Amino acid sequence: MTGRNNTTRTDAKSWHRRQLFFDKAGAYGVIACSVLMTILLFSIIFFVGRQGLLTFQAVSPIDFFFSAKWEPTAGAFGAASFLAGSLLTTLVAILLGAPLGLAGAIYLAQVAPPAIKKILRPAVDLYVAIPSVVYGYMGLTLLLPFLRDNLGLPSGFGIFSAGVVLAIMIFPTVLSLSADAIHAVPSPLEEGSIALGATWWQTLRHITLPAAAPGITTGIILAMARAVGETMAVEMLIGNTPQLATSLFQPTATLTSNIVVEMGNTPFGSAWGNSLFLMAFVLLILSLFLILLVRHFSARKEAA
Amino acid sequence: MFFKKTMLLAGAALLSASALLFTGCGGGAAGTDAGLSGKISASGSTALLPLLKPAQEEFQNANKNVTVSIAGGGSFTGMNQVAEGSVDIGNSDVDLPEEYKDKGLVDHKVVVEPFVFIVDKENPVKNLTKQQAIDILTGKITNWKDVGGSDQKITLIHRAKSSGSRATIQAVVLGSASFTDDAIIQDSNGAVRTAISTTPGSIGYVDAPYADDSVKVLAYDGVEFNAQNIIDGKYMLYGYGHMYTKGEPTGAVKAFLDYVLSDAFQNSQVEKLGFIPVNKMKK
Repeated sequence: MTGRNNTTRTDAKSWHRRQLFFDKAGAYGVIACSVLMTILLFSIIFFVGRQGLLTFQAVSPIDFFFSAKWEPTAGAFGAASFLAGSLLTTLVAILLGAPLGLAGAIYLAQVAPPAIKKILRPAVDLYVAIPSVVYGYMGLTLLLPFLRDNLGLPSGFGIFSAGVVLAIMIFPTVLSLSADAIHAVPSPLEEGSIALGATWWQTLRHITLPAAAPGITTGIILAMARAVGETMAVEMLIGNTPQLATSLFQPTATLTSNIVVEMGNTPFGSAWGNSLFLMAFVLLILSLFLILLVRHFSARKEAA
Repeated sequence: MFFKKTMLLAGAALLSASALLFTGCGGGAAGTDAGLSGKISASGSTALLPLLKPAQEEFQNANKNVTVSIAGGGSFTGMNQVAEGSVDIGNSDVDLPEEYKDKGLVDHKVVVEPFVFIVDKENPVKNLTKQQAIDILTGKITNWKDVGGSDQKITLIHRAKSSGSRATIQAVVLGSASFTDDAIIQDSNGAVRTAISTTPGSIGYVDAPYADDSVKVLAYDGVEFNAQNIIDGKYMLYGYGHMYTKGEPTGAVKAFLDYVLSDAFQNSQVEKLGFIPVNKMKK
């Protein structure tokens, strides 16, 4: 009897020790993963940055950022047209996509009956699952011929077409984040406003939207980050030529599209290859900056 | 019970994996052709890939102890890697640029790659003279009516500044003039063809094998594109497919290059793929 008791006690003890070991191993495992992730992230930034900054051995920063003369075989590395292309395309996408997303969010959060909400919400999330090459292909086969036939454009390639397709790609992001933000506005605020005699529209404009503003801004900035980094769909629609666009319907290029078009045939380590890395680095910095903005706004939301 | 089952499954998987491994090794070891052995690595031009894939298969069948691996990456990648010594052969559509001249690379021209100017099917223009082609590519002529077509804006659709095809057209057609930047750039032959077939008033160039029924091929300087006209030296739009080695090739690498240049391969595969055998060119 006592012997048996003893074995169970030792069993229990070793079981306990084993659990402690698993606990510790688990904790270390998780730490290892997060360390690995951080190392990976910083190595990417370091590698892209170092390779990119080597460009300045051959090109002056002023030429790179402010000249639009991109003739790598003749030693001219002016990336201004790509920078302008990236920024303008993103701007068009946001100008078209953000109001659309916001309107959708208001409808979804405040107007839609539950049955429609049930269909609409997952439908919006599904947009994110559509690969960007599909968007690009749709733009190539539907949007471009439409623009050619209706606006009399020679080709339709340019900032406008890329911006329109990007707007469709990013409005779900704006929509879902804004809808969440509007949902999260405490209902006593709105009820108070209605009780004071404000109409639904007045309540929306003066109470709900200002209260949800940090969340909506976060959505728009995340959408911008996606738009500025989007490659495939833009590359298919922008025309990819290094000229400074003077109209929205003229082919030009963005940072992403020029990297993807030229990197395959560009010798690694040459000034040309390095300048593509520098463009990637500029993109990276731009995205990091946008993400920091997002953190800034969500911090404000928590404080409020 | 569950545990046992998993163990069983794992065991089975392990067994089949090792079986596969062993047969794999066996296949390699049981080679019939003694003599040549080793590994050949090549990288570079994607335009040459469809040609080199059958060469690789045939060559490996004949020489069981040799493994040939061929990667894409683009002409400059190929030349860069062979210069560094990280591959045995660098495939390229372009002549060796200045900065590679002192790297001790040996040029092997293995095939003639013809190019064609293509337009959308509705375009009535049939021929471009060299001067007209230059004026269009440099942006001097921007309307089809100036070259005998209808009153329609010309949209130039072609390849990026890093493309081997573009370098060839630059060398053969433009010479010292430079392309206009008012163009649409696509990153592959296939993409150029697709864009041209759907864009009215567009023009571009592709490797001849890519010109299919969806586009219209133009004559150049009054000469129709066909193999005979190139061989006779009448149709001038072509470049050479190069395979560069660092120093003179030896052993398996030399055997592989000899095979690609052999009549057996040049006469059977090369023409079938839309290229022209290099031995038929009159120099």
